[in-house]
Amino acid sequence: MTGPAENRLPPGGVTEAVLDRSGLAALVTALRRRGRTVIGPTVRDGAIVLDELDSATALPYGWGVELEAGTYRLRRRDDGAAFAHSAGPQSWKSFLHPERVRQWSADRGPGGDLTVREERPERVSYAFLGVRPCDLRAIRILDRVMAGGRYHDPAYLSRRTGAFLIVVECTEPGATCFCVSMGTGPAADAGYDLALTEVVDAEGHRFLCRSGTEEGAAVLAELPRRAADDTTRTAAVLGVREAAERMGRSMPPVDLRTLMRDTLEADRWDDVTARCLSCGNCTMVCPTCFCTTTEDVTDLTGDHAERWRRWDSCYDLDFSLLHGGPVRATPRSRYRQWLTHKLGTWHDQFDSSGCVGCGRCIVWCPTGIDLTEEAHALHREAGGSQEAP
Amino acid sequence: MTLTPLPYRVDDRREETRDTVTFTLAPSGEPLAPFSPGQFAMVYAFGVGEIPVSVSRILDGSRLVHTVRAVGAVSRALCGLGPGAQVAVRGPFGTGWDTTAARGRDVLVVAGGIGLAPLRPLIDTVLAEPETYGRLNVLAGARSPGDLLYSDEVPFWRSPFAEFTVDRPSAGWTGRVGIVTGLIDEARFAPSGTTAFVCGPEVMIRATARALVHRGVDAARIQVSLERNMRCATGHCGHCQLGPLLLCRDGPVVGYDRAESLLTVREL
Repeated sequence: MTGPAENRLPPGGVTEAVLDRSGLAALVTALRRRGRTVIGPTVRDGAIVLDELDSATALPYGWGVELEAGTYRLRRRDDGAAFAHSAGPQSWKSFLHPERVRQWSADRGPGGDLTVREERPERVSYAFLGVRPCDLRAIRILDRVMAGGRYHDPAYLSRRTGAFLIVVECTEPGATCFCVSMGTGPAADAGYDLALTEVVDAEGHRFLCRSGTEEGAAVLAELPRRAADDTTRTAAVLGVREAAERMGRSMPPVDLRTLMRDTLEADRWDDVTARCLSCGNCTMVCPTCFCTTTEDVTDLTGDHAERWRRWDSCYDLDFSLLHGGPVRATPRSRYRQWLTHKLGTWHDQFDSSGCVGCGRCIVWCPTGIDLTEEAHALHREAGGSQEAP
Repeated sequence: MTLTPLPYRVDDRREETRDTVTFTLAPSGEPLAPFSPGQFAMVYAFGVGEIPVSVSRILDGSRLVHTVRAVGAVSRALCGLGPGAQVAVRGPFGTGWDTTAARGRDVLVVAGGIGLAPLRPLIDTVLAEPETYGRLNVLAGARSPGDLLYSDEVPFWRSPFAEFTVDRPSAGWTGRVGIVTGLIDEARFAPSGTTAFVCGPEVMIRATARALVHRGVDAARIQVSLERNMRCATGHCGHCQLGPLLLCRDGPVVGYDRAESLLTVREL
């Protein structure tokens, strides 16, 4: 995992510079040369998805997105920006906490003796290019869930440990974004190896680049670059500041944890139930939803068995199944579980909110349910009298 | 071992009732770390699946004792295993009964059905050190006389008070009929000086804890063992949530002062 560089700059390391498009291309090349699998945004199937990048030419230069509840559309931009788009349907959890993982396998010998073999996770050396500040926070939240407690998940750690994170500060929030409400963006504070801020103005298309770790400084030193100038710095700061003022959504200005705890029996849950299909899309696209189930399978001989873990959703009836039936039999209780966990009880379990304000769940809900609207409605129903935290 | 189970062999199999079996498991190789009363293991039936099962007795050495009732695919597969069969086990997981909180106090054990299984190691602990605890009361309910567990051990629990009740009496049953809360008034304990341990169906836990609070037992002195779907037991799968609690980590044994508000919200 990454930590702050502080004053441990390696000889020749660079803490701040300006890159142009060729510098960005050199960054991808430098990371691949170091044996890293570079993952970043690219256009595919009518969306900006995350995929392995062979070179920076695959980045979505000149593409933006139009977002609304239940709507995602690509649109052309005339400024050629690479990162002027907000969250797509995937998040970094697809790589750090994959949909399916084999955990162990077992063989039964002729005498019935069992041999269980632990899965040795393949070590992957990832570099993530284009992590938005909200998603950087989501990775920190997953760190706590998967590796911050008593038991550490080896599949997660094998992918997360040593991953090189290049955050790109947000200058183009979507209509469904609310990172300012969640305190997760649009600026990046810490936890990255390199931070980029994209600037497109009369002086050209460029990236202010800051290093946050020794390795980040060493990589930056290898790239074609020029010294950071005040014009670029100012443009970068202004771009991020203006983004903060253009958030498409906001949460009610209250302690959401308390709001969730005190509205468990609100009428609003019946209202949202009339719109919720229990499809689980919100849990699949959420960058922090981590729930999984297990599958025990055997081969045709019946003597070889495997344990697989795969993503699960709290909207699935089986999720809460006990021998008497599901605990959460109604869609009402399942939507309530999702929202109160995300905004409320996550604090009790993992010491932070589970929501980073990326807006994916709003965009990818087939009926356009908007959690910020639901939170406002719960706040109104509760009398709207709570003080800000 | 937390994620990868260790092979264990069925050393002894004893049929408790028509659908419930008590197994003694011995490690085929490396053993798991010792369990405390109230903790649970994840027990894997080869090729079928894995379920959480509490330890129903703590033995010296590395053998494990589990009592399993056949209610689903995995528990049915486990109940069908005979001596020599192999399973794979991981654990220990979860909070156990806090017996130190009961030192010098009356102990009230209230069980419903298979809920008696995780309470038996606690009863053993109290019986082994009678001078450490006050009066032991064991109240247990079952569906029918044939469903009562550990009937041969009950005579050892009789002092000062043990009573059993069934929902549906059969011919020849001379004992009590009705729900287990009906026995509380006859038990011999001083409410303010009592620590209670409760396990059973959730509706029974709720009714029992309410009755005990009504009698003057402090909610924080009532320990309840709760159940939710459980897949990983390591806090990573999200299935065992009960509001703010992850029952594999924060439970299964929880103080009623913490559980009370969570048990009153339907479908939480």
